[in-house]
Amino acid sequence: MRDIAIVAFHQSRAVADAGACNEVEMIMPVLNEVYQQVGINNAQDVDFVCSGSCDYLQGAAFAFVAGVDALGAVPPIKESHVEMDAAWALYESILKLRMGHADSALVYGFGKSSPGELPVVLSQQLDPYYLAPQWIDTVSLAAMQARLMLDQGMLTERDMAEVVSRSRRNAMRNPAAQLAGDVSVEQVLAEETYLSPLRKADCCPVSDGAAAMIICTVDKAREWGVPYALITGIDHRIETHNLGMRDLTDSVSTRQAAEGAGVGAGAIDVAELYAPFSHQEIILSRALGLEGSTSVNPSGGVLAGNLMMASGLSRIGEVFKRVVSGEAERGVAHATSGPCLQHNLVTVVEKA
Amino acid sequence: MSEQQEPVTGIEVPIYLKYNFTAGAGPARFLSQVKKGVLTGQRCPRCDQVYIPPRGSCAACGVATEEEVVLSDKATVQSFTIVSIPIPNNPIQPPYIIANLVADGANISFIHLMSECVNEDVRIGQRVQAVWKPEEEWDYAMDNIRYFKPIDEADVPVGQIGKLPVSGWKG
Amino acid sequence: MANLAAVVGIGQTKYTTKREDVSIAGLVREAAQNALQDAGLHWDEIDAVILGKAPDMFEGVIMPETYLTDALGCNGKPMLRVHTAGSVGGSTAIVAASHVQSGTFKRVLTVSFEKQSESNAMWALSSPQPFSTHLNAGAGGYFAPIIREYMRRSEAPYNVGIKVAVKDRLHGARNPLAHLQRPDITMKEVEDSFMLWDPIRFLESCPSSDGACAMVIACEELAEQGPKPPAWIRGVAMRSEPTMYAGRDEVNPQAGRDCAADVYRQAGITDPRRDLDCAEVYVPFSWYEPMWLENLGFAPEGEGWKLTLEGATSLDEDGDIPWNPSGGVLSSNPIGASGMIRFAEAARQVRGDAGDHQVKGARLALGHAYGGGAQFFAMWVVGANKE
Repeated sequence: MRDIAIVAFHQSRAVADAGACNEVEMIMPVLNEVYQQVGINNAQDVDFVCSGSCDYLQGAAFAFVAGVDALGAVPPIKESHVEMDAAWALYESILKLRMGHADSALVYGFGKSSPGELPVVLSQQLDPYYLAPQWIDTVSLAAMQARLMLDQGMLTERDMAEVVSRSRRNAMRNPAAQLAGDVSVEQVLAEETYLSPLRKADCCPVSDGAAAMIICTVDKAREWGVPYALITGIDHRIETHNLGMRDLTDSVSTRQAAEGAGVGAGAIDVAELYAPFSHQEIILSRALGLEGSTSVNPSGGVLAGNLMMASGLSRIGEVFKRVVSGEAERGVAHATSGPCLQHNLVTVVEKA
Repeated sequence: MSEQQEPVTGIEVPIYLKYNFTAGAGPARFLSQVKKGVLTGQRCPRCDQVYIPPRGSCAACGVATEEEVVLSDKATVQSFTIVSIPIPNNPIQPPYIIANLVADGANISFIHLMSECVNEDVRIGQRVQAVWKPEEEWDYAMDNIRYFKPIDEADVPVGQIGKLPVSGWKG
Repeated sequence: MANLAAVVGIGQTKYTTKREDVSIAGLVREAAQNALQDAGLHWDEIDAVILGKAPDMFEGVIMPETYLTDALGCNGKPMLRVHTAGSVGGSTAIVAASHVQSGTFKRVLTVSFEKQSESNAMWALSSPQPFSTHLNAGAGGYFAPIIREYMRRSEAPYNVGIKVAVKDRLHGARNPLAHLQRPDITMKEVEDSFMLWDPIRFLESCPSSDGACAMVIACEELAEQGPKPPAWIRGVAMRSEPTMYAGRDEVNPQAGRDCAADVYRQAGITDPRRDLDCAEVYVPFSWYEPMWLENLGFAPEGEGWKLTLEGATSLDEDGDIPWNPSGGVLSSNPIGASGMIRFAEAARQVRGDAGDHQVKGARLALGHAYGGGAQFFAMWVVGANKE
């Protein structure tokens, strides 16, 4: 199979409320940034475009169609869309490159979550007959998961606070972060609980923004003459929707995806994990078999800013940046979807 | 549990979600003018086409539309339909005419109602003008225009629709 | 460079207004199980599932793949959810095919569905947004002015749409799965039916259906081992353009023309009317048959309606290029599945497995879907032969 290179990535600064900007106005500057990184003009200069978004974030059917207005799709382009995080749009694009129907692709994701109440909106992702009518929000489900782990002695509140503290400190070097600061474990622990056992700091913020990436064949990357990193493995797996049938203290589908992506084939210098709640970073680190030598969420992760529908793609972009800069030789990125880490995608990015 | 039960064929689960909708920066500039009774379009810096209502970008070029262009409230019928069913959430009673209209000075049509006309006489190329609500009812909305009505001007040839200057049609 | 792939199993549900006996999960599982049975396979022989449907707002379930994974036997496997508006059924089949054509998977299941009885599509498409005039009286209100412009340009007789409405319902009467079963329909009945969105009459519009469609797509080696003849995927193409831009030709969209040219090139088709044996084309309003006949190159611009009136697209009139032998979208419309049904019905034809609506000797067929404001297109060509 053909090697896939990442040649460009950018994400907008995560903000609690993008204010007057609508979706297309949020997307265009991010696309311009990745065009500039490889020296192209617009989506006409790549062979395929794929995006990820969710109509329900803005409460209108076909909201994603507005994304096409940002592309300059005249003359018409080869384009597709997943109602998932843009990490899965990347997956679809990689298949297109592998089958030889494209040598390059633009992938983007966007979400303006501020108009609605995101945790409540996402309650309607649950089984429509049994669970959704109960309006169980995503934070409550995650709190239940954390409680299971605490009660079984699989982690402590201090472990969770350490994840938060490290995220806030790492995010100080991330200009796109929404939450950053020199926050100590003690300061986190001193916060009152929000949805027991979670503190507000254990939960990712709700953010508005977009992210974009350009991938291509190695030949194309050389033609463009830009630095690139290689995607050497990518896999994703889903598990049962029935929370009662899952071991919520583990992430079986992450283990399966990691095996499929070949995570274990070498040392991992850096890992960017889509863990919207602090305890989930611990679950994911264990499922991926990460060791102390791996730098976990050097960007601050999504606790520092969560671009719904783009955060998964951003994790891959953050690893790409570190591999291309020479900071890391081999990294793992993770994306998730569904309640309590139901669906997980794992990507291995390596130095070219 | 052995007794015969009626099959459950459905349950009602209403969903209520509240959103604070934002129009967008470009559309907001347009809406501020509509509130004053002025129709404005926005010009694409790359292809020069004028969009109304602006949605934030020139969809053809994928770039932001910046320059404001004041348009006429006279327009030309690009096409239309006579609708015989009600619109959800809209009090208007059928039959009514929904038309794709291009305002003088703009290059793209928008959808609006036509009224004060004989439905059977409505035609592509016909000239119309906005009938505004009373000024005290004006808000940040295209509904400030109640509908468009035919005016006594010659029809515009199809090839010219979408290409008229803001000064109108001298046919 | 793409690996060969073929449709080896097809499953559909009976299309109907209300499937009160099944949940959404039950509906998709029924189609998937039918596809597996058709392919002679079990759930554990599937490597990945690719799911498609129209907007989540139709049923009010956000990202329903998370809920449907159990019903689709996908736990522990990859699941992808495609959404490209009305073209989604077709796009989903193409994305599913790419899983195999890329050499990444050997055998995948793809499913698309809509349970319109548990939704209100008209409401979902017309949800009021502040600031803008909400005059969206369903899809018909959007497409009627475009049809009117086609009638003006082509000077087609007024009864072309009526003829298509009758033809597709007569086709549908041959297909036991079709929602509308109207073997007795007449031109007069269509003409006298209620004018909804002038020039679109009630009987010139698609129904609102519950239903799901599924296919199993396999690599070359496995496809040859199946119990039934495979439908080889000879070309796939997608194109998109913006909903609105100055100078856009809404009647004959560039995206549709480019998409067709792309898929024909892959399949070695130079004259679609001559080279193809039949086509399943997304025609939700009758006038879209002559419009797409031109857009897809079966007739010169302005002359698509002549094929329709001549009976060239009719099975009952022994036409040379039957369109929508299954009855098409005009006979069944579970929105999110409608595109995939076109793709699957094209495959049934070249497998020689289309029952009473079989086009005799069909070897090469086109499946087509479109969506949004006629701006998203997905097409494939399937054949009885590998090349």
